[in-house]
Amino acid sequence: MPHDHDHGSELDDMTARVMALEKLLTDKGMVEPAALDRIIDTYENRIGPRNGAHVVALAWSDPGFRDWLERDATAAIHSLGYTGRQGEHLTAVFNTSERHNMVVCTLCSCYPWSLLGLPPVWYKSMPYRSRAVSEPRAVLKEFGVTLPEGTSVRVWDSTAEMRYLVIPMRPRGSDDMTVEELAGLVTRDSMIGTAILPDITTGEEVRA
Amino acid sequence: MNGPHDAGGRHGFGPIAPEPNEPLFHADWEARALALTVAAGAAGHWTIDESRFARENRSPGEYYSLSYYQIWIAGLERLLLDKGLITGQELASGRAGENTVPPKRKLKAEEVATVLSRGGPVDRDPQGRQPIFAIGDRVRTRNLQPAGHTRLPSYARDKIGRIASVQGFHAFADASARGEREAADWLYAVVFDARELWGTDAEAGDEVVIDAWEPYLEAC
Repeated sequence: MPHDHDHGSELDDMTARVMALEKLLTDKGMVEPAALDRIIDTYENRIGPRNGAHVVALAWSDPGFRDWLERDATAAIHSLGYTGRQGEHLTAVFNTSERHNMVVCTLCSCYPWSLLGLPPVWYKSMPYRSRAVSEPRAVLKEFGVTLPEGTSVRVWDSTAEMRYLVIPMRPRGSDDMTVEELAGLVTRDSMIGTAILPDITTGEEVRA
Repeated sequence: MNGPHDAGGRHGFGPIAPEPNEPLFHADWEARALALTVAAGAAGHWTIDESRFARENRSPGEYYSLSYYQIWIAGLERLLLDKGLITGQELASGRAGENTVPPKRKLKAEEVATVLSRGGPVDRDPQGRQPIFAIGDRVRTRNLQPAGHTRLPSYARDKIGRIASVQGFHAFADASARGEREAADWLYAVVFDARELWGTDAEAGDEVVIDAWEPYLEAC
C-alpha cells in the first residue's frame, strides 16, 4: 500500500484507523504517545538478534556458561541483562550432528523477543506456522538447508510462555576467534533453526 | 478453540516467502499498532491469554483476510470494548466523551524501559503442589475440543508422547483467557515422534515438542 502522506490528509484505511484509536486512547487517559515512541524505539533500535548471537558465542566459547545454559537458560541469559517481554522463560536447544532443532509457534507468533527482536513476517505467516511441524525438511529446503544423512529434526512448537533459542553448531575454522567475532558469525535464522552456519575455511555448510 | 489460528499441519498456505530486505514494520501504522497494544496491555485490564483469544476468536474468512497487525488492532479494539474502556460510539466517531471504565494505570514514557525489561513472568508458586509426571513418563494428550482458548494444538490431541522436561508451575492459559488470573498448573515439554502426529509421511526419528499443562495430559 502506498504510504506517502507528506502531501496532505489522504490516509489509507489502517493508518486512519490506528491514528484514531491512538487519539481516542490518549484522550481517555489510557496511553501516552511518548511512551508509544519509546516502545517503538526499543524494538527498532535496542533489541535485536545480536543479543541472541552473544548468548550463542558464549555457549561456544565458555564451557561453564554452556553448562549453565543447558541447566537453566533463563538464569544464564538473564545474567547477561537480556531480560524482558517474551523472554521471561527460556530454553536453549543445542544442534548437534545427530539432531537439528527448529522453532515455530503454530498458534500465533511466540518468539524470543528479548533475544532476537520482533519476528520476521515469514515466521508469523500461515505457510511457516502450518508446515514447520508437519514437514520441517521441506521447509528447510525452501530456506536452502539440506541436513546431512543421519540428522534428525526436532521441532519446538512454542505453545506456552517458554521461548526457545537454537544454539547452532560452531563453524569449523572459528577456533581462534574472540567472543565478539564469534557473535558476528551467528545469523538470526540459525537461532530459529531455519539456517545452518557455513564452515569458515571452506564456506561450506556445517556438516557432521 | 478449533479456530483458523490453529495452523499446525494444515495444507494449502503455499511456500514460505522470506523477504530479502525485510523491514521490521511495513508501514508506520504497524509500529503504532504494536506500541498501542503493548501500552494498552500495560494498563492491566487483560492477560496475554485474553489478548490472544481476542485475536484468534474470528471466522476463518476474517482471520485469513487480515494482515498480522490488522489482527492485533482488531483484537485490541475488541478487548477495549469488552472491558468497557471505550464504547462502540467512541470507536466509531474517534471522539472520547462517554462514561467508561477508568484505566487502572497509564504507562508513562519514563517507565517504558523498566516495564519492558521486567516483562511479565507467568511462573507461580506451586504452594506445595507436586507435578504428577516426571521426565521420561509416557503420556497421552486429552482429546479436548474447547470452544474457548486453549494452547493444546489440534494436531497434538489424543496422541502419545513422553515428558521431556518439567517447565515449571505456570499461569494456565485456558483459564487465564477467561480472566481467571490465579489459575496455574504444572507445565511440561512433551515430545512426540513425528510419525505419531503425521503418520508415515513423516521422517522416522523426527520429533515435535509442545509445552502442555497438566490438565492436557493423562498417564498411559
